[in-house]
Amino acid sequence: MSWPHKDLLDVSQLSRDDVAVVMKTAASFREINARPVKKVPTLKGRSVVLFFAEPSTRTKTSFDMAGKRLSADTFALTKSGSSLVKGESLKDTVLTLLAMNPDAIVIRHGESGAAAFVAERVSCAVINAGDGRHAHPTQALLDAFTLLEKWGTLADKTVCILGDIAHSRVARSNVILLSMLGANVRLCGPRTLLPPSVDGWGVEVHSDLKKAVAGAHAVMCLRLQLERQQAGLLPDLREYAGRFCLSSATLTGADPDVKVLHPGPINRGIEISSELADAGQSLILDQVASGVAVRMALLHLFITRKDRGDKE
Amino acid sequence: MALPDLAVTNLILPETPHAVDLLCRKGHVLGVSPHAPGTAYENARVIDGRGLTLLPGLTDAHAHLREPGQEWKEDIASGLAAAAAGGFSNVMCMANTSPVNDTASITEHMTKRAAETWPGGPRLFPIGALTRGLLGKELAPMAELAQAGCVAFSNDGRPVADAELFRHAMEYAWDLGLRVIDHCEEPTMSPGAGMNEGRVSSRLGLPGQPDVAEAIQVARDVLLADYLRIPVHLAHVSCRRSVEIIERAKARGVPVTAETCPHYLHFTEAEVEGYNTLAKVSPPLRTRDDVLALIQALREGVIDILATDHAPHAAHEKETPFGEAPCGISGLETALSLSFVLTDKGMLDAADIVRLFSSNPARLFKLPHNTFTPGDPADFVLFDPRQAWKVTPESLFSKGKNTPCLGRTLTGRVMALYIGGQPVFTRGECAPAATAAASRRTHGRSS
Repeated sequence: MSWPHKDLLDVSQLSRDDVAVVMKTAASFREINARPVKKVPTLKGRSVVLFFAEPSTRTKTSFDMAGKRLSADTFALTKSGSSLVKGESLKDTVLTLLAMNPDAIVIRHGESGAAAFVAERVSCAVINAGDGRHAHPTQALLDAFTLLEKWGTLADKTVCILGDIAHSRVARSNVILLSMLGANVRLCGPRTLLPPSVDGWGVEVHSDLKKAVAGAHAVMCLRLQLERQQAGLLPDLREYAGRFCLSSATLTGADPDVKVLHPGPINRGIEISSELADAGQSLILDQVASGVAVRMALLHLFITRKDRGDKE
Repeated sequence: MALPDLAVTNLILPETPHAVDLLCRKGHVLGVSPHAPGTAYENARVIDGRGLTLLPGLTDAHAHLREPGQEWKEDIASGLAAAAAGGFSNVMCMANTSPVNDTASITEHMTKRAAETWPGGPRLFPIGALTRGLLGKELAPMAELAQAGCVAFSNDGRPVADAELFRHAMEYAWDLGLRVIDHCEEPTMSPGAGMNEGRVSSRLGLPGQPDVAEAIQVARDVLLADYLRIPVHLAHVSCRRSVEIIERAKARGVPVTAETCPHYLHFTEAEVEGYNTLAKVSPPLRTRDDVLALIQALREGVIDILATDHAPHAAHEKETPFGEAPCGISGLETALSLSFVLTDKGMLDAADIVRLFSSNPARLFKLPHNTFTPGDPADFVLFDPRQAWKVTPESLFSKGKNTPCLGRTLTGRVMALYIGGQPVFTRGECAPAATAAASRRTHGRSS
């Protein structure tokens, strides 16, 4: 199994064949997560730095668990626990980390392009765990994995991404990946939360929730950052919820077997009704479970690439 | 005619088909005469300028020399060296130093440093702060600043949001015979975004600044200038929308003038791809359509001058994720090369460049300049329009190596700058027989 990439910065760098490799590898690792003893020696003796310069629960824990289940040693570093708070530059922080010779750095950072910045300066693999508004490739891959588990294919499926598209790295990566895999992607949100020049993205754009979900096979809600109201992008959360909160009622025009996704953390009653978040059609916890398997696959592919002599 | 003490022979003068000799005496122009081979200029220092284009010394109306306060980015000495290498005999430096140039003592410090650093070198003309500390709350002591040597006033990159205060600043400055330079940016719209709002910013996930953020403030300034009948100068115009407002205003006789910079004539928002912090500048690089509008505006006189907005930063300051990097491009040394590229493309001609980078800015801000009329200061540039040079950190005299031109090969290079008939900068074989004193001040590094 060839893996030609040193780093994972965004899904746009992957071919369909690459994505198929990730999905196949993740499927093979998923079984480990169901065992009583959830550990294999695949990455024994390898080191993974989890460098999270922005708060994260799901992604950080998911990568940590993925690494440990493959027997890698994982080292967590947060911004508040690093010399970044002493004024050290990102360059110096990562060069310091590199000097300790890790096999991979998983980075979450508030600035778009930060993962690429790091990847250009280190010889080990860099996996982008979310950079600013730019990309969240592992989230997109786990979302696709979750849907493929249900459907087998994304061809001719309609997926609606709902909420704060403008500020969402999840949306950007999912638009690219879901489209690549054959899905018809729609975006929905108030004009203030849609990116400028979104017409160039090659997707349907709606500001009417009912039209956006009509016939959709899946709706992916995005987290609404509460400070958007203070930034003048929304009058208030009540009005936002009135127009865009996904519920059984607002989903009536969707495909009868419509699936619901959310990358978390959820603001219940604002982005999605509590009842729908817990309903049978919700794949929110499936996404979390898929996340561990997909991240195990990615750590495996990137860290063992050199062992196999894969060329970039 | 008195006998020259300096003759530069066999030169090309823009828009003059035949070769000329430039004759100077005691630091002033005696005249320009058709080149006649074999002419002996007895008792004169004779320099063979064959193949070189003769240009007047340039004026940069918008540079940041960072001293006092941020000398690691640039200091007056390195800034003037960069200016000389770029062909600039006059440099107007912005007020956003640390402390801000809002008191006479800071202005005097700058001019004193320039005189001490390089007597006879490029002339430094400080721009005073418009408001104290550039805070936009109260007027700076403009009369005191003018008396100390400031030649204009500006709040630089911190545009004054308070229209009433800005109006009073224009009025007060005009009483002093000086004009206000405004960085046009509606300050509530994506301040400091560093890139244009559009398809590229959306894809890269970077906050963008829309062109209307600039145009809104251009419109405000134009309305004030029209109402008050007091001139205002608009700094580094970057987009078509602003050009259209200025064009309409000028057609109605509104006393507005404007500048743009060479980087806005060459680069677009695409330069930011890959999170290129060297292309992060304020206002941001726009679109191809904006580039074409700016070039046309320069040709037609809608935009009056070119300026560099030379904004040097240290390498480590730009070596960060895009959002954390400061805005700015180091521009003094690439300005003329980038401008002459447009002559090769037929978009501007050499006479335009002389007008835009020499006579117009000097007249606008009442600075000494050379029109090659007898008696003018013998400030001139010898420019080789065919010399190709690669922009590398080592090739730049400025401490700021932050330019999107880095690694690119430009065609056209300043070979020498004379100020008051004295060589203050020479490059390679073009070097005249300099005096010992001049040699010490000459930066002859070849690259």
